[in-house]
Amino acid sequence: MLSAAAGISLVAAPAHAADPATKLYGIVTSSTEQPLAGVGISIEGPDGFRAEVETDSAGAWEVLVPTKGTYSATINEGDLPSGQALTDPTKGTVKANIFMPGVELRLLFPIGPGVAKATMLERSAQLTVDGLILGLIIALAALGLNLIFGTTGLTNFAHGEILTFAGLLTYYFSAIAKLPVLVAAPIAVLLSAFVSGFLQDRYLWKPLRKRGTGLIAMLVVSIGFAIFLRYFFLFLFGGDTRQLPQYAGQAGLELGLVNITPKSILTTVIGIGFIVFATLWLLRTRMGKASRAVADNPALASASGIDVQKVIRAVWILGAALAGYAGVIVTVNQGVSFLMGQDMLLLIFAAVTLGGLGTANGALVGSLIIGLFVQLSTLFIPTELKYVGALIVLILILIVRPQGILGRKERIG
Amino acid sequence: MDILFIIQQTLSATLGVNAIIFALAAIGLNMHFGYTGLLNFGQAGFLAIGAYSVAVPVITFGLSLWLALLIGIFNSILFALLLGVPTLRLRADYLAIVTIAAAEIVRQIARSATFNDSLGGSDGITGKFGKEFFDLNPFKTGLDTPILRFNGNDLWVVITGWVLVAIITFIMWIMVNSPWGRVMRAIREDEDAVRSLGKNVYLYKMQSLIIGGVIGSIAGFVYALSRQSVQPDNYGTALTFFAYTVLILGGAARVFAPIVGAMIFWFLIVFIEQVLRAGVTSNLIPDWLIGVNQVGQIRFMLMGLGLMLLMIFRPQGIFGDKKELALDAKA
Repeated sequence: MLSAAAGISLVAAPAHAADPATKLYGIVTSSTEQPLAGVGISIEGPDGFRAEVETDSAGAWEVLVPTKGTYSATINEGDLPSGQALTDPTKGTVKANIFMPGVELRLLFPIGPGVAKATMLERSAQLTVDGLILGLIIALAALGLNLIFGTTGLTNFAHGEILTFAGLLTYYFSAIAKLPVLVAAPIAVLLSAFVSGFLQDRYLWKPLRKRGTGLIAMLVVSIGFAIFLRYFFLFLFGGDTRQLPQYAGQAGLELGLVNITPKSILTTVIGIGFIVFATLWLLRTRMGKASRAVADNPALASASGIDVQKVIRAVWILGAALAGYAGVIVTVNQGVSFLMGQDMLLLIFAAVTLGGLGTANGALVGSLIIGLFVQLSTLFIPTELKYVGALIVLILILIVRPQGILGRKERIG
Repeated sequence: MDILFIIQQTLSATLGVNAIIFALAAIGLNMHFGYTGLLNFGQAGFLAIGAYSVAVPVITFGLSLWLALLIGIFNSILFALLLGVPTLRLRADYLAIVTIAAAEIVRQIARSATFNDSLGGSDGITGKFGKEFFDLNPFKTGLDTPILRFNGNDLWVVITGWVLVAIITFIMWIMVNSPWGRVMRAIREDEDAVRSLGKNVYLYKMQSLIIGGVIGSIAGFVYALSRQSVQPDNYGTALTFFAYTVLILGGAARVFAPIVGAMIFWFLIVFIEQVLRAGVTSNLIPDWLIGVNQVGQIRFMLMGLGLMLLMIFRPQGIFGDKKELALDAKA
């Protein structure tokens, strides 16, 4: 069997020149996803292979290559229209390894609105703003995660799916039911509070607490629940990222050194409002104080007349509303996909761990640090590795302070 | 509906390459979680280290496959040390988050375009890096019976793989029943008590992490060799979670649990998938309910649901002892 397979590939080897499927291809689009036609691409490969192509009206190009080996594709930057440039000037030449005949490799040239020409100061300012917004999104989700952890001890791996659920609701109400986003978003947040908060606690976690299920067991249950929900969303929604029909291509405003869209400003301001509301709730209301008491010592809180189950219910509802709004922000600004929650979950966990599990203000500090670090690190490291940087910082900080920045020392085991 | 085909596919998967990979990954987790109580959610990272350590030295640097396997063991020990030094002092849930982060770091670095030249970027590495292994294959013709079917290469991987699983399980059995193994279980139950007896808990945990991690990287060897290809996105967090499902299904802290768990896991997955697929193609299941492309998604939904129900109703799995392993972290 093996020798037969090897024989076939030996026979096929001289024939790959005619194999039409071995090719390099790509689509060149502008920063606003418009195809760019007439951009020259040159390919160099082994044995002196050279090819020159131009992108067609759909921005597409392809080159058939004869043998395996390492090829390099270079984009002619002079062909790019004004205002468009490579986001990373070092990425004008992309290398591609063809390991075997018959493969198709897609090459990307990341193009943005001339960011490469921006000064370091402008880039830093823009990234700081982006980082603060990302930090806010993380903080909204992390607050709820942390409150739930504090009151019930549950490390909820299904928290990211609350974001996805609210994002999908926003999409369905706005794109399918044709409601304006300003109506769809509040409905999504309310439904998130009810379904992901109240119902989820009532019919999943409360019965488990009553059964006396252990904390690690509940953690594993939440993993199973997250996998179930994620693929249920994929089943319903499909695998692509979709934009809301309204405000999709909104132009940014130039504010001093930074460029920011009005929708981003509005969603951020409302998000800050949510954070302030949640903080006041925790500090000022009876229920908020009760929730801190439960987090500190559930048995003592219960003995002093606090209805622990009621507090936990309130915390779930608040947490789901906050996380749901975080999902709405992402959906309005970047579109929604079934993986949205999973992508955010690790950052949320990193923020919470960094700040100290179970401490509410720790979650805020951790979120801002993670958000800023993720964005600002792209000044020095490739954008695709920005999450790696944040996770490495998480591990480094935990070496110095295993309990997190604001966590209490007794919390470590 | 071709019932014989479904049986053939299901039984081949029950004894197949994937069952071996998950059995090995779960044996490693059993060391970490079952015996020492370490909630390692980064097992996929160890598999990725193993898989890339086989592919990269052979393809990129032209070294011998056997040397590459040694490099893989060495790398996994190195990764365990890197992971263990900052994390083993942490409480269970912190440890879970940090290990999951570490595994994601490995995957994202492996798939990044920055290291495209040596690690192959998001397309991974495909090539004949297992040639030296398959040259030893005495079963070139494969196996083709009505109930069991493997091609020549798969048959060789399956036979060597199960022998490897048997050897590793035997070593595990000796280890966990030794005085050393009793210290491990004592750490799981009460770290402070063990410390008060003068044992260096940190060192024992590190040994557990290294041993389980090396076994995980061996699972990565099998993963890479059986496919002659390494794809970074195969080593995501889902791989770790399903390895946990396998372990819990069999019963944590039982030597044979990962083997039985892996077989049952793949039996159920492939059986359900084949039945659904047959139902969809023969129009027994209406198209508006489940499309052909959605069968895989249903399968994952059932896997998630299965993990939940298992953990709620039978956390000790098939063989486990509920009293021995209450699966509870006291904060």
